[in-house]
Amino acid sequence: MLYNSPYDWYYDFTVERDYDRCIRCLACVTQCSYEATRYDEERDLVYTLDDHCVGCHRCDAFCPTDCITVRPTERNVRPNNNWSPVHVKALYKQASTGAIIVTGMGNNKPFKNYWDHIVLDACQVTNPSIDPLREPMELRTYLGRKPDNINAIDPRAKASLKTTLGPQLILEVPVMFTAMSYGSINYYVCESLARAAVEVGTYWNTGEGGLPRSLYQYGHRTIVQCASGRFGVSPEYLNAGAAIEIKIGQGAKPGIGGHLPGNKVLKRISETRMIPEGSDALSPAPHHDIYSIEDLRQLIYALKEATRYEKPVAVKIAAVHNSAAIASGIVRAGADIVVLDGFRGGTGAAPKVIRDNVGIPIELAIAAVDQRLREEGIRNHAALVAAGGFRDSSDVIKAIALGADAVYIGTPALMTMGCTLCMQCPTGKCAWGITTNDPKLMKRVNPDIGAERAANLLKAWAHEIQEMLGLMGINAIESLRGNRDRLRGVGLEDWELEILGIKPAGA
Amino acid sequence: MVEIDAKGIHYRVLNDRIRELVDRGEDHIVLRNVNGQRYIGDGITREVKIDIYGVAGGDLGAFMNGPRITVYGNAQDGAGNTMNGGKIVVHGMAGDVCGYGMRGGKLYILRDCGYRVGIHMKGYKHLIPTIVIGGTAGEFLCEYMAGGRVIVLGMFGRTPGVLTGDYLATGMHGGSIFLRGRVDRHFMGKEVGEVPLTEEDRRFLRETIKDFAREFELNAEEILDAEFTKLIPVTHRPYGSLYTMDSPIIRS
Repeated sequence: MLYNSPYDWYYDFTVERDYDRCIRCLACVTQCSYEATRYDEERDLVYTLDDHCVGCHRCDAFCPTDCITVRPTERNVRPNNNWSPVHVKALYKQASTGAIIVTGMGNNKPFKNYWDHIVLDACQVTNPSIDPLREPMELRTYLGRKPDNINAIDPRAKASLKTTLGPQLILEVPVMFTAMSYGSINYYVCESLARAAVEVGTYWNTGEGGLPRSLYQYGHRTIVQCASGRFGVSPEYLNAGAAIEIKIGQGAKPGIGGHLPGNKVLKRISETRMIPEGSDALSPAPHHDIYSIEDLRQLIYALKEATRYEKPVAVKIAAVHNSAAIASGIVRAGADIVVLDGFRGGTGAAPKVIRDNVGIPIELAIAAVDQRLREEGIRNHAALVAAGGFRDSSDVIKAIALGADAVYIGTPALMTMGCTLCMQCPTGKCAWGITTNDPKLMKRVNPDIGAERAANLLKAWAHEIQEMLGLMGINAIESLRGNRDRLRGVGLEDWELEILGIKPAGA
Repeated sequence: MVEIDAKGIHYRVLNDRIRELVDRGEDHIVLRNVNGQRYIGDGITREVKIDIYGVAGGDLGAFMNGPRITVYGNAQDGAGNTMNGGKIVVHGMAGDVCGYGMRGGKLYILRDCGYRVGIHMKGYKHLIPTIVIGGTAGEFLCEYMAGGRVIVLGMFGRTPGVLTGDYLATGMHGGSIFLRGRVDRHFMGKEVGEVPLTEEDRRFLRETIKDFAREFELNAEEILDAEFTKLIPVTHRPYGSLYTMDSPIIRS
């Protein structure tokens, strides 16, 4: 049958060139890792195969004469109110391949974003605001189990606590770099994140890719992950980090496992994951030693025993319908930190239908979990870290006011190194050199610059958080935690306000 | 040699004392009256001999790298969990998920073991984890197996002659399984296939079975006097064509 899939007619981007300005420098050709931009020597012409373009803007960014414009293509699927172009294209693609559609980054569906419906309070007349530039402003955050009460030997003496505190992570900014494995991102990106975490005084997370030997020097600012595949999990690795995170689930793909294809398991990755080169790294959906809260307790304490109770143990779950009850179980199982990953959380690879349709928004999950743990009187037994879709410092401060102790960011950290959200992470061809281990492409991330830019982002957010605390008359982030009275909802229904535990604006 | 009476002692106290002794350089520790205390040998990274009299609790020798643990009794779930190196010898039965993610060392179980034993075992370079099960293994033996070697004898358990349960080696993508006898095809995952034993395999079997027999004072020749079947994954990338990209660049 002579037949072309309709998929071939519909591509997403059109690349336009102003040929009067093009100097045939071929920067765009060498930068394009998707073989979309090409050079025809005979005609001395630089051109783009639009159907190969992923819209990553790498060519655009490198054009010295600014002659390239990448824009969404106009020739698109026939408009239909029920069938979005996304649905139509996916359907054609699947008719051609019979396969699951895989994508990267976070949820791309236009769900309601609750951060955009929550506003902060400010001091006016009756209570003074604080100027963070001239007055002390405390952002330091401790993550770990807090005692039910504190006994001092002599209440008048300073620093004479009788109560021994469990191990704590100490954050100078309540924002950490979330779990992204070595393999899904490359070594230079890992190094950038590690160095930024050291500089700012926060933590980065290995994901389940193990910790490359040469990054052990940043161990005091590293959270090491123990996921279902147990890649690279050795006694040395567990003791190298500042904390251990048991990964149960991920917001982008709750309930399913991970899969680093064999062609990405190159030499150094194979050494770090401790698996043979070229073999598939399959992470099963569940930990097969955990089928209950009791089993989870067994692993939490196995890890604590292996590290002599010196490190906090975190348990990360995807935010799902009954997160509150699960989180309660996790705290009772002995976790020092509970991590909730909302449905806008990113990923290096996930089936699109799962990324876009499974899980719940992190805003509602934080509120529900914090509320439940307070009602049960165990909120202090574990810190609560929120992840999944944080875009700026206002999202962060709202999350803390809702009840989180700190947040994790992934996508924003990659954006500091150039990520343009093109969602091609699983292809391993990232033109910005981030989610690729191609030796040529990965050089596009310079760890000196990557570390500086990632640190800059956290410094900027820290300043903004201080400003926002100041205008609320608060001088320590500790005083804002779970302080939902400083939040108001705009354009929210009664049930939404009830779950978020906030009043409507004007009330 | 140091003896500890573990009767009525909480695992945390018991393990603290074991670690203290290990740190001090003690090289032989005998634990009496062990009754389900968890995490014995957990995370210990040097060679030390630990003898356990009684029932060892969950996660025996988890993450460990070096110790040689002998259990004179049964072991509960998760023995050898994510173990890196060393040896665990169980003179009885063992529970579920023993040797989960095991990367090196040896785990010998004289009698039967539970479900999902050897799940996600992996080998790496000189590290070749080995499990020998003297009796019958439960269902999902070696699920997701990525490396290492597992031998099932089906001789010394409660159901002699029965080797494994259902779902044997589902999702297996590395390593090899040796069965003393045969298991019907319909009990296995679709990813595995039977292959003839090589000379190297026979040498490995002979050496390992001899060692196993020495530990339990059995007759190695008698164990070896049977036809062994070898199972390996037929593909390293069982799900290679299951996915397509949400992008124009990879067109099939």
